[in-house]
Amino acid sequence: MLRVGEDSAAPLLAVRNLEVVYGGAITVLRGVSLDVSRGAVVALLGANGAGKTTLLRAVSGLLSVHAGRVERGTIELDGESILGEPTPDIVRRGLAQVMEGRRIFAELSVDENLRAGAFTRRDSDGIRDTHAHVLEMFPVLAKRLRDVAGYLSGGEQQMLAMGRALMANPRLLLLDEPSLGLAPLIQQQIRGIVAAIAAEGVGVLLVEQNAMLALSVASWGYVLEGGQVVREGAGQELLDDEEIRAAYLGTGEHGRRSFKDLKTYRRRRRWSG
Amino acid sequence: MTKFFQLLASGLALGAIYALVCLGFVVIYRATGVINFAQAGLVVLGAFMVYNATFTWGLSFWLALLVGMLFGAALGIIIERLVLRQMVRQPLHAILLVTVGVLLLVEPIVTTIWRSPQPSIDTPFELDKLEIGDVRILQISIAAIVIAAIVLAAFFLFFRYTKYGVAMRATAVDQEAALMQGINVNGIIALSWAIAGVVAVLGGAMLGANAGPKTGLGVGIGIIALKALPAMVLGGLDSPGGAVVGGLVIGVAEVLAGGYYAEFAPAWLKPGFHQVLPWIVMLVVLLVRPYGLFGTKKVQRL
Repeated sequence: MLRVGEDSAAPLLAVRNLEVVYGGAITVLRGVSLDVSRGAVVALLGANGAGKTTLLRAVSGLLSVHAGRVERGTIELDGESILGEPTPDIVRRGLAQVMEGRRIFAELSVDENLRAGAFTRRDSDGIRDTHAHVLEMFPVLAKRLRDVAGYLSGGEQQMLAMGRALMANPRLLLLDEPSLGLAPLIQQQIRGIVAAIAAEGVGVLLVEQNAMLALSVASWGYVLEGGQVVREGAGQELLDDEEIRAAYLGTGEHGRRSFKDLKTYRRRRRWSG
Repeated sequence: MTKFFQLLASGLALGAIYALVCLGFVVIYRATGVINFAQAGLVVLGAFMVYNATFTWGLSFWLALLVGMLFGAALGIIIERLVLRQMVRQPLHAILLVTVGVLLLVEPIVTTIWRSPQPSIDTPFELDKLEIGDVRILQISIAAIVIAAIVLAAFFLFFRYTKYGVAMRATAVDQEAALMQGINVNGIIALSWAIAGVVAVLGGAMLGANAGPKTGLGVGIGIIALKALPAMVLGGLDSPGGAVVGGLVIGVAEVLAGGYYAEFAPAWLKPGFHQVLPWIVMLVVLLVRPYGLFGTKKVQRL
């Protein structure tokens, strides 16, 4: 029998027709399909409540923590199903996630946070190499290894959360709102780091409110609304799209809109979805 | 002064026992956010198990301690698995009451199997005393202090420097984030229960061997073990270091208050007052400084 899709051409992450329900009642994802290839940055855009974080939870096996359940669909990492597996097993297979709000271990030192990220690994030589590489990538962490992580600035905490995720030596990295609440300069640094991570062959799924930032680094983007993919396309194509600009970039045919207009627009779109 | 030092030694021995038992409260509180009242039941079961191993099976005291520790670890894991795991996502007060229920089950179990009270646990020290000048200290009291010091030191090294120690602390800060690092959170909770079981058995064996005040071996040592709770509150609920300091302070205060009762207590204070002193300390701490000496400030409710 001819089997297609199991060679190296299979995407790193393949999500198909995913439906997720919370608490047995609220459907949050309604048949979402999405691909991430090796070494690619893929942006996932959408307003609050569109289902972006839910999609990430489904992929990393954290839905059960939030009383959510996959009703239908498949999730494959490198051609193997990871649906329904416990999170530690999924991490062992090469997935790492930086959760929204960074979620660093505030009482632990910077170094202990990084070591926690390598929890599933047993190759101490490999861990040492990754540790050195992470500190090279985030020099600011190297200076503060012994400090209590809770005392780092917001930008430094985001770097730590990303470094901690990289300590697992992932093939696929999920980033949930890495630029949230950070100064523009730090956001640009994060953008550069995301590009560098992908350049090393890691697939990156980037969830962002800052669509301009996300699309400027992503090769492909998906727009999620009301639990469905309503648009997808190359990063530049979406950046140039008038409707996308109006909804997510704060600029439309009339130039920059006020925040209030933007909110109403989003709300209208969400309910019409 | 002689009396003071003798009381101090006895107080430190009792405090060391409180510290051990209290560490069990703290590790489970950190891992799950639950104050596990069943800990006092583990102390009683542990004491009777060690007694059983020496008296019935004829093992040496040290071997019996080892057997008891294994038993305690297994029992902790079993209780977590069979009872507490079923309570995940239930309201906190329901979980607390379940742990009280497990505690109440211990007395009938113990009195059915062994009957209570029993003769104290035999130790190699019998009633031998160490004499320093006029000060005479029971060797078993010194043994209790030394054993507690070794076990607590081992725990702190594990907690600070090993991969699983770091994972335990990470889990205490943020369970979901720990899970996302690939840490098996259920495994960490089981490990916490195993540690709580081990320290409970050690504490129980020391109480049953009269290392603190003469308490003998009976279900009543559960009441004594519960005084690790005031130690926990004083130390700050979620701080293992606080458990040690809280345990020692409470133990010494209780024994000193008992020893100097006749000389200093006002007439209206009845004898035996020292036994409730730990609970008075707890009330005062809760009113004045609910997060204790070393606790995280956000911890403010029992």
